[in-house]
Amino acid sequence: MSAICWRLGVTALVLFTATCTGALAEKKYDPGASDTEIKLGNIMPYSGPASAYGVIGKTEEAYFRKINAEGGINGRKISFISYDDGYSPPKAVEQARKLVESDGVLLIFNSLGTPSNVAIQKYMNDKKVPQLFVASGATKWNNPREYPWTMGWQPSYQSEAHIYAKYLIREKPDAKIGVLYQNDDFGKDYLRGLKDGLGAKSSMIVSEQSYETSEPTIDNQIVKLKASGADVFVSIATPKFAAQAIKKIAEFNWKPLQIVASVSSSVGGVMKPAGFENTQGILSAAYDKDGTDPQWDNDPGMKNFAAFLAKYYPEGNKSDGALIFGYGAAQTMVKVLQMCGDDLTRANVMKQAASLKDFVPDTLLSGIKINTSATDFAPIQQLQLMRFKGEKWELFGDIISGEPSH
Amino acid sequence: MSAAEDVVTEAPAVEAVPKRAMTLGLGTSLVVLAALCLAPLFVKNFIIFQMTMLLIYALAVLALNILTGGSGQFSLGQSAFYAVGAYTSAILMEHANMNYALTLPIAGVICFAFGFIFGQPALRLSGVYLALATFALATAMPQLLKLGFFEHWTGGVQGLVVTKPDAPFGLPMSQDMWLYYFTLAVSIGIYIASVNLLKSRSGRAFMAIRDNEIAASAMGVDVALYKTLAFGVSAGITGVAGGLGAIAVQFVAPDGYTITLAISLFLGMVVGGVGWLPGSIVGSAFIIFVPNIAEGISKGLSGAVFGVLLFLVIFLVPHGARQVAMIAQGLIAKLKN
Repeated sequence: MSAICWRLGVTALVLFTATCTGALAEKKYDPGASDTEIKLGNIMPYSGPASAYGVIGKTEEAYFRKINAEGGINGRKISFISYDDGYSPPKAVEQARKLVESDGVLLIFNSLGTPSNVAIQKYMNDKKVPQLFVASGATKWNNPREYPWTMGWQPSYQSEAHIYAKYLIREKPDAKIGVLYQNDDFGKDYLRGLKDGLGAKSSMIVSEQSYETSEPTIDNQIVKLKASGADVFVSIATPKFAAQAIKKIAEFNWKPLQIVASVSSSVGGVMKPAGFENTQGILSAAYDKDGTDPQWDNDPGMKNFAAFLAKYYPEGNKSDGALIFGYGAAQTMVKVLQMCGDDLTRANVMKQAASLKDFVPDTLLSGIKINTSATDFAPIQQLQLMRFKGEKWELFGDIISGEPSH
Repeated sequence: MSAAEDVVTEAPAVEAVPKRAMTLGLGTSLVVLAALCLAPLFVKNFIIFQMTMLLIYALAVLALNILTGGSGQFSLGQSAFYAVGAYTSAILMEHANMNYALTLPIAGVICFAFGFIFGQPALRLSGVYLALATFALATAMPQLLKLGFFEHWTGGVQGLVVTKPDAPFGLPMSQDMWLYYFTLAVSIGIYIASVNLLKSRSGRAFMAIRDNEIAASAMGVDVALYKTLAFGVSAGITGVAGGLGAIAVQFVAPDGYTITLAISLFLGMVVGGVGWLPGSIVGSAFIIFVPNIAEGISKGLSGAVFGVLLFLVIFLVPHGARQVAMIAQGLIAKLKN
């Protein structure tokens, strides 16, 4: 009798505590999340003119495979659904709708390209589905008031250009700047940042020359820039053209102070083909580590990265910056999902993504941290200046925040 | 050999399609129409959106079909007309706050004028040379749209975001469904008009030019006028399709209207059957869904898989959907007997 009473008592107690803890850690799900699975959507240009970036999607897929092999996130496996949009905005809309309405993903992560993301931004915000860590450097992703469901990841082109402007104003206040830029959203966003950064001193820019990606050479532009009497050359170009510009400048025996945009700072992709004898003293800025730079050989973060590549993505090319990018973005995504705990609703995902505090993915430069808040949707805002010396970049100066002071 | 003989002995670029064979029978048309009307009631919004895009691309393919299948002229520049139509609608809606339905006829008229003017130099060119001239137009268009001069209206490289219309009169249907029925109504209107155009005097003139230009002019057809007219009509319809496309996708940007689009439309026309108007919708389905299927088979090799599928279609049924329809018709006739 007493035994039965005791047992009943224990059962009641267990039930009570169970309901209590259940109420505390209540599991909440939106479409795309369950006890066993989290569905993430992604859109990449695996085909078409920007297909070189498709590597980012493949790296992310490999990273989530690693996370799943290690037990997933709070016991849930990530299923990563990545579609091709061929860098075409209408196709991106179709794929985004397929992901949200047909596949039922929890969110769309790191979809690539400014035009494709602008095309789906309104839809994602109307549907209240997170468009998280957009893979584009456009400045417009940091607008939580109008687009509370969209967030960028990398430093914006404008932030980076601000840093160069600050540097020039401080170190070379009487500079005459010649700018070469690519005639598209990337080039123009950058140029705007440079002018904003120079502010009242934007008359320092003495010549602006643009080129189209379809042009075979940029000799003409370089000749005009040299003729303008500029003593600072700012190169807002993609790798192929950046390397050409450096070579031409050497051939024309022009010796300006050169600044190249970080997208073209790859040692293997730009500096080496341009010839190391021509690239000494060039300036740029960085926020992540270069996979081929020997100075990171003993860095614990890069050791993790190398181990990941060896095991989960052995065919990946280490000198491709897209791998570093995809790895860092995927790591940030995993961090946010871990922070969400058992509350995997879309609203909570955005809330957690906007509460990152001093998070440091393995591949970021030491000192650069990811911070977000309800009014700050720009995760990475800091960069460090670097100067090319010998066969590698040497970082110098402090970590600088490039966010315009609004 | 004189120039005239040269033209005469040259094999016709487009196989002559008899007028009767250009359309579907009444019964079949009604069945297809009923299917198009009822299908959205049973599927998700995403599928409705895809069906809307299917109709829009079908219109663009139809426009090319009138040009190539009707008057025998080639064009790889349809993406340029599509872009002009899309931008016209988007600019009028966003900058002039015009009703979306009103922007379509304007887009059509502007594109008609644009196509008509472009048809003038095209008169001197034929066959592959004309295809190359239009190709130039298609490659130039995205860059023209990026020009700083137009940036105030076009939004430059960033493009323009378009607001999607709600269903009018408080009809209880989603935006997607309303837009689908709206597109369907426009498509049916244009389809019927196109069929009538090809059956009319003008249509006969188009086909006479296609089959033999010299014979046509000997019979009193004003070759120059009808060739440019075909270009104008084709561009106008493409412009309306572009306008609808801008409303459905809610976004226009130069990168959406590259040469790839023009080639897709050309491909859709060939797969659907050159000169067979109902084939346009089959061709449109091919260019929308087959890349998705190819991606499903292999992500890394989607382009190659698409190529293989395309090769199979061209190899097995060179006349596209028209050939399949003919075979089916033959089988049904046999069963009836």
